[in-house]
Amino acid sequence: MLRYYLKLGVLSIRQNPVLSSLMTLAIAIGIGACMTIVTVHYVMSGDPIPQKSSQLHYVQLDSWDPNSPANEPNDPPDQVTYLDATALLAAGEARRQAVMYRSSWVIQPEGDDARPFEADARSTSRDFFAMFDVPFLYGGPWDRLADDNAEPVVVLGRELNEQLFGGENPVGRQLRMNGELWRVTGVIDDWMPVPKFYDVTTGAFNDVEALFLPFTTTIAREVYNSGNTNCWKPVPEGGWEAFVNSECVWMQFWVELEDRAARDAYMAFLDGYVESQKALGRFPRPLNNRLRNVNEHLAYQEVVDDSVNIMLVLAVLFLVVCLLNTVGLLLAKVTRRSGDIGLRRALGASRRAVFTQYIIEAGLIGLSGGVLGVLLTWCGMQGIRVLYRGLDFIDKLARMDWVMVGAAVALAIVSALAAAFYPTWRACAIQPASQLKTL
Amino acid sequence: MLSMQNLSKIYRTETVETHALRDFSLEVAEGEFVAVTGPSGSGKSTFLNIAGLLEEASRGRYELDGRDVSQLDDRARSRLRNEKIGFIFQSFNLIPELDVFDNVDVPLRYRGFGAKERSERIARVLDVVGLGSRRKHLPAQLSGGQQQRVAIARALAGEPRFLLADEPTGNLDSQMAGSVMDLLAEINAKGTTIIMVTHEPALASRADRNIHVRDGQIVEDQAPLGLAAAAGG
Repeated sequence: MLRYYLKLGVLSIRQNPVLSSLMTLAIAIGIGACMTIVTVHYVMSGDPIPQKSSQLHYVQLDSWDPNSPANEPNDPPDQVTYLDATALLAAGEARRQAVMYRSSWVIQPEGDDARPFEADARSTSRDFFAMFDVPFLYGGPWDRLADDNAEPVVVLGRELNEQLFGGENPVGRQLRMNGELWRVTGVIDDWMPVPKFYDVTTGAFNDVEALFLPFTTTIAREVYNSGNTNCWKPVPEGGWEAFVNSECVWMQFWVELEDRAARDAYMAFLDGYVESQKALGRFPRPLNNRLRNVNEHLAYQEVVDDSVNIMLVLAVLFLVVCLLNTVGLLLAKVTRRSGDIGLRRALGASRRAVFTQYIIEAGLIGLSGGVLGVLLTWCGMQGIRVLYRGLDFIDKLARMDWVMVGAAVALAIVSALAAAFYPTWRACAIQPASQLKTL
Repeated sequence: MLSMQNLSKIYRTETVETHALRDFSLEVAEGEFVAVTGPSGSGKSTFLNIAGLLEEASRGRYELDGRDVSQLDDRARSRLRNEKIGFIFQSFNLIPELDVFDNVDVPLRYRGFGAKERSERIARVLDVVGLGSRRKHLPAQLSGGQQQRVAIARALAGEPRFLLADEPTGNLDSQMAGSVMDLLAEINAKGTTIIMVTHEPALASRADRNIHVRDGQIVEDQAPLGLAAAAGG
């Protein structure tokens, strides 16, 4: 019977093109508006590294001012000091650990005509690549010796490699940055975690840095960070040495902990570390450390802005309004066809048979509304790109995947079925004799 | 075959109560051709709707083929309607977007027949009504008489025991009406019980039995004069 009902549905849609088009359009506009926002929300709130997000933990130590918390109501600062980052790294208590900060570099390409340009780099330790499952196109991370000896080695991003070496394998070749030659150990493949979870302090939707350098090397060269620096005490005079030994927070620290027990153990280690520092006169606040996994950290940082959440609610309400319109249109359509219902009932169709027929017809309208809705969603995405052109992260947000396409179509069908339920049920509940009079 | 005992049908609104049928009792034997006449509002259509299981009586007992139908649920009533009853309406009631074949196919679909059996039955009944060559025509491409023949074919396709006809010639000219009545007589002669509501005494006179209804009650139940005379010898 399904094929029969589908055939009847198509015939009915053709028979009432205006009404059917209006319903399709109402669903499509609702779906288009809703899915545009839902897609943005979905990308913004997605798990950027689902295979490991529960194992990767961001460390926050409360080294802040005894008189006021770093973050209300009583949260520690978002970053750690150089002193703490290096101490935790040296302790090596976690399975893997990565210290990092963002810096800015001037790259001097080879060739007389090539002009120097600026690029963002991430100074980090070699575990960064294994911890965050960074894919390599050529070569790999630098070795531990490079970390230990502060060697001038570099891992390039794919785009920068194309710019500097035409996309060829550059491993072993050298690159001049800030007047010094650096040896390339690897090139990472396309890698674009959204949100950029490993450092939300410099923008959760900013591009991944163009190159990666050993943290020890950039520290040895006294390269300041180009991200946020927060201090609760004045920085003592004395330049670089004073800065790295200050209570200013400017580094991020991640650890990889395989299970709950490892997490608890590491938390105990952190508390012990802070207690030991208190003995040295640091950490004047009560013990208040945090160890959050990726998703907990993103939620804490409120990566998805409140305005996006409000827009999501408004978009869903708009879809509801469109569906209510569809209910009205379906009611009109079903009322117009009550004679057909009565006739089919007279010829032996049960209520259930007629209900199924009309629900399938509504499903067809929902399907066409969904397909049109996907197109409108795509248009909505393009609109967002045009509206916010110039912002790098928009390209990442305004992107539909097959999950969202499927979700849009499914939502449209479910919406149409929901909208059809009441009018159809009502029509089927009427005695066929009275409907036959309308023929 | 069809037995109604003290049926009543009351339509109620907030202020008005209308008695469409009052203590309506009737027995129809297998193979009878019964004409039901009466003025407008007398309860003819209500009787036909209840007989065809399109409506439920407010009171009384109705047995179809020996089965009490008053307690049946919608599914059972629909099945009974589909298997045992064929309907012919005054305004044909064909589905305009379906061609002749698909219109006749409708009750067979609900019966659950396979494609081959449906196709054979449709071909057979279209031949009976003389429209075997019009199976791909839409209703709008047919004359009124042809449309009513399609409706008769649709009613016959499931080989029902009862044919209920509500003013089957009401929208036809006299020539077409005559041909439709000939067809109904032919169908009845093959054993199908027919109950026909009509305004026209001339058409009623072609039935075996005439029932006259007024104010929801049977006021006369007899064989037409010609048939009575023939029966009396």
